[in-house]
Amino acid sequence: MSEDIKEMICIVCPQGCKLQVRYNSKTNDYYISNHKCDRGPVYAKKELINPTRFLTATVKIEEGFHQRLPVKSSKEIPKGLITDVMQIIDKVTARAPIKLGEKVIENILDTGIDIVATRSMSMK
Amino acid sequence: MYDCVIIGGGPAGLSAAVSAFENGVRNILILERDKELGGILNQCIHNGFGIHEFNEELTGPEYAERFIELVKKNNIEFQLNTMVIDIHHHDVNKHVTAISREHGYQKIETRSIILAMGARERTRFMIHIPGTRPSGIMTAGTAQRYLNIEGYMVGKKVIILGSGDIGLIMARRLTLVGANVLGVLEIEPHSNGLTRNIVQCLNDYNIPLLLSHTIVRIHGDRRIEAVTIAKVDMHKVPIKATEEIIPCDTLLLSVGLIPENELSKKILIDMDVRTKGPIVNESMHTNVDGIFACGNVVHIHDLVDYVSMEASKAGKNVAKYLLKSTKEPLSIEVNNGTNVSYTVPQVIQKIYSDDLIDIMYRVTKVIKKASVNVIDQSNGTIIKKIPRINMAPGEMEKVRLKLNDLMQVERSIKIEVVERE
Repeated sequence: MSEDIKEMICIVCPQGCKLQVRYNSKTNDYYISNHKCDRGPVYAKKELINPTRFLTATVKIEEGFHQRLPVKSSKEIPKGLITDVMQIIDKVTARAPIKLGEKVIENILDTGIDIVATRSMSMK
Repeated sequence: MYDCVIIGGGPAGLSAAVSAFENGVRNILILERDKELGGILNQCIHNGFGIHEFNEELTGPEYAERFIELVKKNNIEFQLNTMVIDIHHHDVNKHVTAISREHGYQKIETRSIILAMGARERTRFMIHIPGTRPSGIMTAGTAQRYLNIEGYMVGKKVIILGSGDIGLIMARRLTLVGANVLGVLEIEPHSNGLTRNIVQCLNDYNIPLLLSHTIVRIHGDRRIEAVTIAKVDMHKVPIKATEEIIPCDTLLLSVGLIPENELSKKILIDMDVRTKGPIVNESMHTNVDGIFACGNVVHIHDLVDYVSMEASKAGKNVAKYLLKSTKEPLSIEVNNGTNVSYTVPQVIQKIYSDDLIDIMYRVTKVIKKASVNVIDQSNGTIIKKIPRINMAPGEMEKVRLKLNDLMQVERSIKIEVVERE
């Protein structure tokens, strides 16, 4: 019988339930308690098995109204890839004019996720 | 002559303009001092905006662009790079004095004005940190603008004072672009930021959050070289024995916002010492006839969505004001009761009010279980009683009253939050 118990704060809503997570190695599954609603266990399992985040950043832009163009990932990306993705974003240069939603990087690291502009930017 | 001049083209000004237009006002002019519309949203590149207003999570620039598109589609006039320096309101028509490179010195005549100047960040000098005055010390919002718009890296070894959401967001942002964020210091025993931001901005990147800590001294000649930090006791007094010198090259301050009311004070609008903004009634009308106010210039909001909602109310009421569908005013004061720090509106005048009146307020401390009571102060009658759980000063609260609830009230009501077992 090997059970590992740990605590996690749920961030789905401002209540911030302190979830208790038990991992059972026999069933290879997580058992969550101390949640006040059904969203708690869903959040905890996703966070434990495959945590993902929306990534927002800026890229260099040539001839733009500003020096930097804000961008975001079109979907949530696996947390572990964030550093690698940032390194690619750091090397990219966009060129004005740009339309909101325009792809700046397509299919980054073969994830099927694009990096898109989060504003339109005219030329300076 | 304009029907409405809006001072400020940030989230409040944009939403007020669109709402005034949708309610039939045609001659609108927005005056903005920056070189584009959108205000602070343009530099808030992170997401989490728009959940209430658009039912989806947007980044700041995306949220701004939706409103800017509406302004342009409706051909609402705006002037950029324009600074308003004065307002004259002693005649029926008001005059707004503004200066800009393009138009020079202008005196703009208008029937109504909406104040939407937003807020400014508190600085080092407002929180009195002793020490030298080197470079490398700036507000979190200034660093955000340098990084996200102007393309400057602000530092490599960064300390952040204050755990409000802007500070937390900047801790993550700086880490992602290669800085080493040494820690976030908070003088209170709890963070004022959202739990979501503590988890996703600090915990994700192993950035320490030091609660009950503050900075007692700044070191450095030309550039900041270190700060002395210390733990504080329950009265927020630094404990000498806990002092520690931390080398750094940048210090960001995220220590709160104050409404930007130089203009409002200059024209002698009645101000609220609690909110540091104009006193408004339920229509967002100030005590000066024809001058309305909305957004962070009135009180600091937690979410831009709430700013848009409040501004939209101001825009709609300007439309009613211009039609002069004025009823007999009924003036009721709204006061703080137990555990309440302020309310907006501060007066209810029922002039052009809708049937529903929303009163925004904040509590003074964390309260686990509470009863929110609205009380008629002349006879102690409870007008409304609502049970609530988990209230905190960091979260703006709302109580909704019906105009009918107030029919019997003669002079004043109070909002109180009573702790329950």
